[in-house]
Amino acid sequence: MARSSPNEPIVTTRPSRGLDEFFAYIRGQSGLKILDLGGVNQQNVTVITNLGHRLYSEDFLRLLTETFGSDDTADQSNPGQIDYFLRQALDYGEDQIDGVLVWDVLEYLSPALLTAVVDRLHSIMRPKSYLLSFFHSDDKLDSVPRYTFRIQDLAQLHVTQQGSRRPAQLFNNRGLEKLFGRFESVKFFLTRDRLREVIAKS
Amino acid sequence: MWNKRRDDEPPRPVVPNIPAPAAPSPVEPKKEATPVSSMPGGRFEPEHRGGGGGVATIGKAVKVVGQIFSKEDLYVDGDLEGSVEALEHKLTIGPNGTVHAGIKAREVLALGTIHGNVEAAEKIEIRKDAKLVGDIRTARIIIEDGAYFKGSIDIVKPDPGKTPHKAPQPAPVAATQPAPVPVPSAPAPEGKR
Repeated sequence: MARSSPNEPIVTTRPSRGLDEFFAYIRGQSGLKILDLGGVNQQNVTVITNLGHRLYSEDFLRLLTETFGSDDTADQSNPGQIDYFLRQALDYGEDQIDGVLVWDVLEYLSPALLTAVVDRLHSIMRPKSYLLSFFHSDDKLDSVPRYTFRIQDLAQLHVTQQGSRRPAQLFNNRGLEKLFGRFESVKFFLTRDRLREVIAKS
Repeated sequence: MWNKRRDDEPPRPVVPNIPAPAAPSPVEPKKEATPVSSMPGGRFEPEHRGGGGGVATIGKAVKVVGQIFSKEDLYVDGDLEGSVEALEHKLTIGPNGTVHAGIKAREVLALGTIHGNVEAAEKIEIRKDAKLVGDIRTARIIIEDGAYFKGSIDIVKPDPGKTPHKAPQPAPVAATQPAPVPVPSAPAPEGKR
């Protein structure tokens, strides 16, 4: 870990069981369509495409801010706005995607938008495919660190933490099971930086 | 009568072989300072094979709507709508460039904005502050932090069939080698070394 000042990004590299599980599924195959909601970066592109897969990239949080403004949860229950956002961020066909790297973006969605997004994710994912998502394990935080996740290798993440952001909602295990209730199975891994890595199988 | 007005006109100076300067016309196109091509005379020459190091430029005050086929490197810093093909050359979208077009090029460097699908046979480079919305097919991709990309990335290995090489020929029999033992009615040993 390297820390220079409170406003400087904190960069860590740590193992990720969730990532390892995710890649265990896609490693033995090729030509899969993998959706990354964390915005584009060289490392993720290189790792995914080197495995022979096609990468789809969406900068989910940027689209969220563009659609709903910087006051994140304002208007997130407006059905018209939700529909517009889904068309902007998740405009994919049914069963089109073979795996989704969601990272931590779901924490910033208010209940109505979150339900719509998870339903859409379930719909665009091919049956038996996997989604990797992160949630803070402490469900009583006022703000959470803002992360950027980069794939170091198939079982390690390069995590950059800079600033903080107010989450729309936080979850305990039961809340996560309910959130991914439509999925066939949900698996949790707790990390040292108090994140829950969640693998959900569609 | 008929010549009265002519008589009133001041006499013209007679200067043989020197044409009078043309009056400025309101429809005369303003000369564009920015070159749109480095080709001699600005003409597209299909026989020109490129590789001469020329770069055609679409300046930032220029808007082009239509199809562009380039046989030299192309730098677009203006607005472009339609399609671009520079199959054997490099296409650069400058920081002021905004392209709404399908792109096919040997190499693409994006510093501005691209809306459209991109096929870059060798590589594409998306620099910081560039924005690309569309699907990419390329052999190699470089993305700087701060670039915005929305779409898919498909890495395609260069087709070995397109690389220039000689078609496989039967190995010539060297005069110094002993003659192979003939095998009557045996097929040619294709695919064997």
